[in-house]
Amino acid sequence: MQKAENIKKYKREVDGALANDFLRLAMDKFAVAYRGSRENVFSGMDVNGIIAEVAGAKDAAIARMDELYELFKQNAEKAGITVHLAETALEANEIICKIAKDNDVSKIIKSKSMTAEETLLNHHLEANDLEVTETDLGEWIIQLRHEGPSHMVMPAIHLSRNQVGELFTDVTGKQQPSEDIDHLVKVARQQLRQKFIEADMGISGANFALADTGTLGIITNEGNARLVTTLPRVHVALVGLEKLMPTLHDALTVNRVLPRNATGQAITSYVTWISGPNECKADATGRKQMHIVFLDNGRRKLAKDPVFSQVLRCVRCGACANVCPVYRMVGGHQMGHIYIGAIGLIMTYFFHGRDKAKNLVQNCINCGACKSVCAAGIDLPGLIKEVHARILDETGHPLTSVMLSKVMQSRELFHRFLRYASFAQKPVVGKTGYIRHLPMIFAREHDFKAIPAIAERPFREIWESVRPSVENPRYRVALFSGCVQDFVYPEQLVAGLQAMAGHGVAVDFPMDQNCCGLPLQMMGEKSAAREVAAQNVAAIDPDQYDYIVTLCASCASHLKNAYPKILDPDSIAGTKAKQFSDKIISFSSFMNDVIQVRQDEFTRSDETVTYHAPCHLCRGLGVKDAPHELIQKAGVFAPAQEEETCCGFGGTYSGKFPQISKEILNRKLDDVKQTGADILVTECPGCVMQLRGGAEKRCDSFRVLHMAEFLAKQRK
Amino acid sequence: MDNSKNICSIFSEKAKAVSAVVTKVPTIQAAFEYAADLCRQNDPVSGQAVKNGTPPPQNQGPRSVETQKIVAAPGLDSGLYAEFEKICGANDLTLTNKGLRDHLTGVAMGFTIADYGIAETGTLVINCPSEELRLSTMICDIHVAVLPMSRIRKSAYDLEPELTKMFKNSPDYTSFITGASRTADIERVLALGVHGPLELHILLMEEK
Repeated sequence: MQKAENIKKYKREVDGALANDFLRLAMDKFAVAYRGSRENVFSGMDVNGIIAEVAGAKDAAIARMDELYELFKQNAEKAGITVHLAETALEANEIICKIAKDNDVSKIIKSKSMTAEETLLNHHLEANDLEVTETDLGEWIIQLRHEGPSHMVMPAIHLSRNQVGELFTDVTGKQQPSEDIDHLVKVARQQLRQKFIEADMGISGANFALADTGTLGIITNEGNARLVTTLPRVHVALVGLEKLMPTLHDALTVNRVLPRNATGQAITSYVTWISGPNECKADATGRKQMHIVFLDNGRRKLAKDPVFSQVLRCVRCGACANVCPVYRMVGGHQMGHIYIGAIGLIMTYFFHGRDKAKNLVQNCINCGACKSVCAAGIDLPGLIKEVHARILDETGHPLTSVMLSKVMQSRELFHRFLRYASFAQKPVVGKTGYIRHLPMIFAREHDFKAIPAIAERPFREIWESVRPSVENPRYRVALFSGCVQDFVYPEQLVAGLQAMAGHGVAVDFPMDQNCCGLPLQMMGEKSAAREVAAQNVAAIDPDQYDYIVTLCASCASHLKNAYPKILDPDSIAGTKAKQFSDKIISFSSFMNDVIQVRQDEFTRSDETVTYHAPCHLCRGLGVKDAPHELIQKAGVFAPAQEEETCCGFGGTYSGKFPQISKEILNRKLDDVKQTGADILVTECPGCVMQLRGGAEKRCDSFRVLHMAEFLAKQRK
Repeated sequence: MDNSKNICSIFSEKAKAVSAVVTKVPTIQAAFEYAADLCRQNDPVSGQAVKNGTPPPQNQGPRSVETQKIVAAPGLDSGLYAEFEKICGANDLTLTNKGLRDHLTGVAMGFTIADYGIAETGTLVINCPSEELRLSTMICDIHVAVLPMSRIRKSAYDLEPELTKMFKNSPDYTSFITGASRTADIERVLALGVHGPLELHILLMEEK
């Protein structure tokens, strides 16, 4: 449970997690294994099609939330279930406590419910002298340890068998051999069976509430929910309103994705469908007492929010954590208050408030891995940024980010500032091209990579001298450089021009282009991000060009995906933005798919080349094949296992969380090393900065090149 | 015919992939024999039939009723129950169809006839509003389920009308069961039998 009061304390807790060797190893193994098993279990299926179906079904249900609730209630009451609606978490807890008291309950067993975690139900019941036992193995373990879950599906994933063995030794008063996991599981089976037998009341959650039949659907692997809903004389289900679905068909659709995405299973061991109070011989009436408590806790308002209603699509599969490079480094206790992973960062704000969310929402590296696997197609990184911006609007923007956004909104001021920086760094750069001694503004924690110096002359100053002259061009393109290439790596743009030479490409470099605005968006400075977007759309008239080529994947993805959204689509600027975004293309796609460079244009050397796929290229733009094909045309390709894993840069992220950035980078460089490649190619100046700086610092033997530099180097 | 054969083989393949044991049986009597034989040979895991923590004596003649392993088959009609009871008796097993709340620490075997099968995932569908039937699938060490081959459908979608009809006939409790009870909550290592059965045997029954 993450509840650090300020960012400083939060960072300290993150450091603690990074120092936990078991956690690091476990998370790492998990991240790799998950990727493989997910791929297997979806093989041969139209994944995106099914995800779109889930999103559609959930959206339709969310829009009808109130109506489905009434319908469900009607059908459930007809069957003999008592249905309650709790507006707040406290109200839900009080209702459940009262049901227990009214029925002379003293012992309660529970099957896993994230909704009950959300309301902190156990604390409430225990404070009212009720004995509550979690029966999901992982939940029981963390309950005994007085911890919150560190994953939505595997709540005890942060613990080792030794820790569990010690815990079970304490619980049973008998030495339990911790190396034998099968044995530990049997110990739990025996201990918990007794709890099942003694309990008067069972509490469950539900994955589905089917309005047309008043049915609850519960997904488990262990089978504990079946015992919880069968043995005790009272059954209470606590269900979030977003679990309401019109029919079984919708639930079956969700059930095709949820287990596959959660654990790589085609289906869980048990899916239980309960309609009405069933036979129960523990009750004098011979029938179960059944209550369903629906939880609002902000869901009905959320359902009506045009931006955030999609949060309610979440089916709690936990995949967003499984693929998150930050989660992989720090584990769940630093990646959510109660709900974990990307969706946790968002839900914390809505269900647990700004104070709990304000640090967490900053810990997103914006790699988009979560969005690409989300079972319900939720735009997780986008919503995290949106929450961040809201919190800043509510609490005030920090001075540095206000100043930076002011500076960046004036291109001339911003560029003057960058030129000044190039002058100011001189004493620490020497002739190396790297800043050898970090200026005081950087703390020691930033020292894991060599920081490149600002170029002596930015690209915009040398443009006229390198501008290609092309007669009867086949293509007219505008070059969008982005700040990093313009001011730090102008040579990458020059290499790009060399790589295009001879293909009839007339290139233009519109001088009024400014920063793409992604860093502003990342800092939560939405209005400044909108302002620079408008400036860029005005600076480059899409009508004059066949393509707008950019060698920075982050810029390209922001220009293409975000511009039409952040500029009001109904305004003229919005229409322009759409035309602008249609013309945006990545360097690789342009070289490989448009001008179609050929193998015979290159000298193939013996050096092996591996590739790092920038997040904003492979996921942001969906460009995966073009870079591979280009490398194969010009060299010997040695693919890396974790090609699509983030390098840890994330723009302003690496400035904010250098210690996490460093560890992600180390893992990345180790993976590159394993390929034995001589050259690491990538296609984003941010990634180059991170990877080259890290490799330099670690003295790795491979060189890091931008795709443009690699192609220019290999050209005959 | 080819199509239904294909569905059966997909069902088998998928069920086996999640550690279910799948066997074909020609008749329900063969299923009884299979179950009784399996139960006789199996060492009990839960506390059932082991009074005071002492394991039942091995190879020392017939056991007393007190220590005999229990097979629960609450779903059988009286004719089939009588047949199964005979076979159980011959194997030193006690068959029961009621009073399972007296055996909540565990019984050796639960024997059921499934309502449907779902090929795509190797799933059994068991309609079990009866508490005894439900318990027999939860508290046993080994769950043996007979699945008539004609009852296998390609995907869960193909069972929507049947399932909806069950749900509407409330109170209703319907279970999808796929493989044995499992967990990976400790170090993500797969372990079977955390709460429910440790083994699931599916007997595909040909029908004449």
